[in-house]
Amino acid sequence: MHRVANLPGGSTQLFVGLHLIHEVTSPQAFAALKDKGLQVKCPEQTVATVDHIVPTINQKRPFPDPLAEEMISTLEKNCKTYGIKMHGIGSGNQGIVHVIAPELGLTQPGMTVACGDSHTSTHGAFGAIAFGIGTSQVRDVLASQSLAINKLKVRRIWLDGQLNAGVYAKDLILHVIRTLGVKGGVGYAYEFAGPGATSLSMEERMTICNMAIEGGARCGYFNPDEVTFEYLEGRIHSPYGEAWNRAVNWWESLRSDPKAHFDDEVRFDMSKINPTITWGITPGQGISIDEPLPSPSLLQCSDRLIAEEAYLYMGLKPGTKIAGVPIDVCFIGSCTNGRISDLQAAAEIAKNRQVAKGVKAFVVPGSEHVAQAAKDQGLDILFRKAGFEWREPGCSMCLAMNADRLEGDQISASSSNRNFKGRQGSAKGRTLLMSPAMVAAAAVTGKVTDVRTLLKTNS
Amino acid sequence: MVLQNSNFPIGVVNQVIGRSFALKGDDIDTDRIIPARFLKCVSFESLGKSVFADDRIQLNGLHPFDLPQNQGSKILIVNENFGCGSSREHAPQALMRWGIRAIIGQSFAEIFYGNCLALGIPCATSSISTIQEIQESVTMKYEQIYNLDLQKESLISPAGNWRIKLEQGPREMLLNGSWDVTSQLISKNKELQNAKLNIPYLNNFNIDAKPKERSY
Ligand code: SF4
Repeated sequence: MHRVANLPGGSTQLFVGLHLIHEVTSPQAFAALKDKGLQVKCPEQTVATVDHIVPTINQKRPFPDPLAEEMISTLEKNCKTYGIKMHGIGSGNQGIVHVIAPELGLTQPGMTVACGDSHTSTHGAFGAIAFGIGTSQVRDVLASQSLAINKLKVRRIWLDGQLNAGVYAKDLILHVIRTLGVKGGVGYAYEFAGPGATSLSMEERMTICNMAIEGGARCGYFNPDEVTFEYLEGRIHSPYGEAWNRAVNWWESLRSDPKAHFDDEVRFDMSKINPTITWGITPGQGISIDEPLPSPSLLQCSDRLIAEEAYLYMGLKPGTKIAGVPIDVCFIGSCTNGRISDLQAAAEIAKNRQVAKGVKAFVVPGSEHVAQAAKDQGLDILFRKAGFEWREPGCSMCLAMNADRLEGDQISASSSNRNFKGRQGSAKGRTLLMSPAMVAAAAVTGKVTDVRTLLKTNS
Repeated sequence: MVLQNSNFPIGVVNQVIGRSFALKGDDIDTDRIIPARFLKCVSFESLGKSVFADDRIQLNGLHPFDLPQNQGSKILIVNENFGCGSSREHAPQALMRWGIRAIIGQSFAEIFYGNCLALGIPCATSSISTIQEIQESVTMKYEQIYNLDLQKESLISPAGNWRIKLEQGPREMLLNGSWDVTSQLISKNKELQNAKLNIPYLNNFNIDAKPKERSY
């Protein structure tokens, strides 16, 4: 239905229903547009915000970092020139692009979504087809509101069972990536289905789709259902009144046929998954909290080299356990886990406890809406009391383009999505990915800790 | 050094001729190709000198991108899953602005591959044993000129010839100069307008709430 034309080379030209832009991958695209004398084709289908470079302590303009200031004012100028709606700082709607589009009701089932950021797959939680694109494609979408896309195979990831207490969507997706590998999804879209999938909330689904691309998949999605509709009803951009009923009717028709053929299928039992955390330098190097770290010699040849490299970089030893590894910095936030339910889960652990001595811990809400909701529930005060810093919304130490970064070979417990070498701002910095509750557990104990032990003493 | 725009690929790309060197390792991600702090720019111009910045600092002059014999080389030989990680076009841009015009490896991450194609940079593949042979050859005989011939799907040199593969679609696009998709996409305006008419959420879901409730 979104097909515009077939292109030479065998790809398809797809209409893009929602194009999200931000300050980092758009300036060069706008510059190219200007160079070629092109216009923005559908400004009304384009929405902008700032997230990657914004400081999270003091957001007063101009920013202390002149490069950051230049990037944000370039975006402001471009939005003004081309008539694009921008949700800037202080608008009440600003935040990480993958957090704000769902909460404003911009992302809807059946849409094609594109954004110059690889974690655009997040929007698949709504049954949208969402692609992360490069800057040259951002230029293409601006100029033509369409994209050249190759046909994808579909792998159904069938989920049975329920997550146990202390195990979260983050653990599930880290487990899936660990099992299928960081290249396992190349050429595929991941469809998450089955009784386990329908039991997940929208925010859990977003966490899972967000990281589908870390498993190599081009995108990930859930079929739209009651949970989806309930989430969307009443949001700023959701259809309303009679239009709402028309929309729901259409959305219901979008579900995969139960008899549909899939190119591949894998099954997971969610009840068998334990808190999972990465120990290495790819999101696929995950381990459950009570397992010993793998010995490279026992791994498949293709995983061995990268495992050896990871041990060298991380300073960890095969055969030891990840639990107990001391932590320097704790980061709760990002488009993977910076939503209100993530902050709530972390707060449950932080409550009536104190951040361990010597640990720097901070919470960065995913958006101004999330920050407001957290304040309404008193979570900001709860975190502060526990010794966490409470920050303004943005991407922050997920990729450390602002002042939030690791120093030297500091090791972080992070609720974000990437543990690549140097990802968090220091060339030697080390990142352990885990659920927000696990990050909070690490913060209050000063080391990697099974969050379930703390949940037990809670009750 | 300021590279001229005209040095960048335009039109038909049927061969890439130049010296070549190896960058070994699987899963070399985009954060390593261009660390995130260099993303803070509003143009791509100065990215070339920052390619692999952190790896290069650590190797203190011994990184392949720093070795004197590799300066001016055009063809990079890599291993598996090259360019994994983020969608940042800064990665291929940094490689291109350093001087790379073609990459040959065991496999490439998908978004990186597409970003390279959009710049007119072919990413060719071959088996692990062939890649290792090529890497050995380019390291031993770094002064040789290699010709990546897209038509023949071969890497040709006085040091030896190797079969390499290009995906059919991208290969055609490079060979007939249609890899610059922007102009192709724009040319389909009529089709685009027609497609829009059939997309329910653009036509059927009009919001009829009071403006106040809908305002930001
Ligand atoms: S939070 Fe991290 S992964 Fe998400 S959009 Fe920001 S930088 Fe990208």
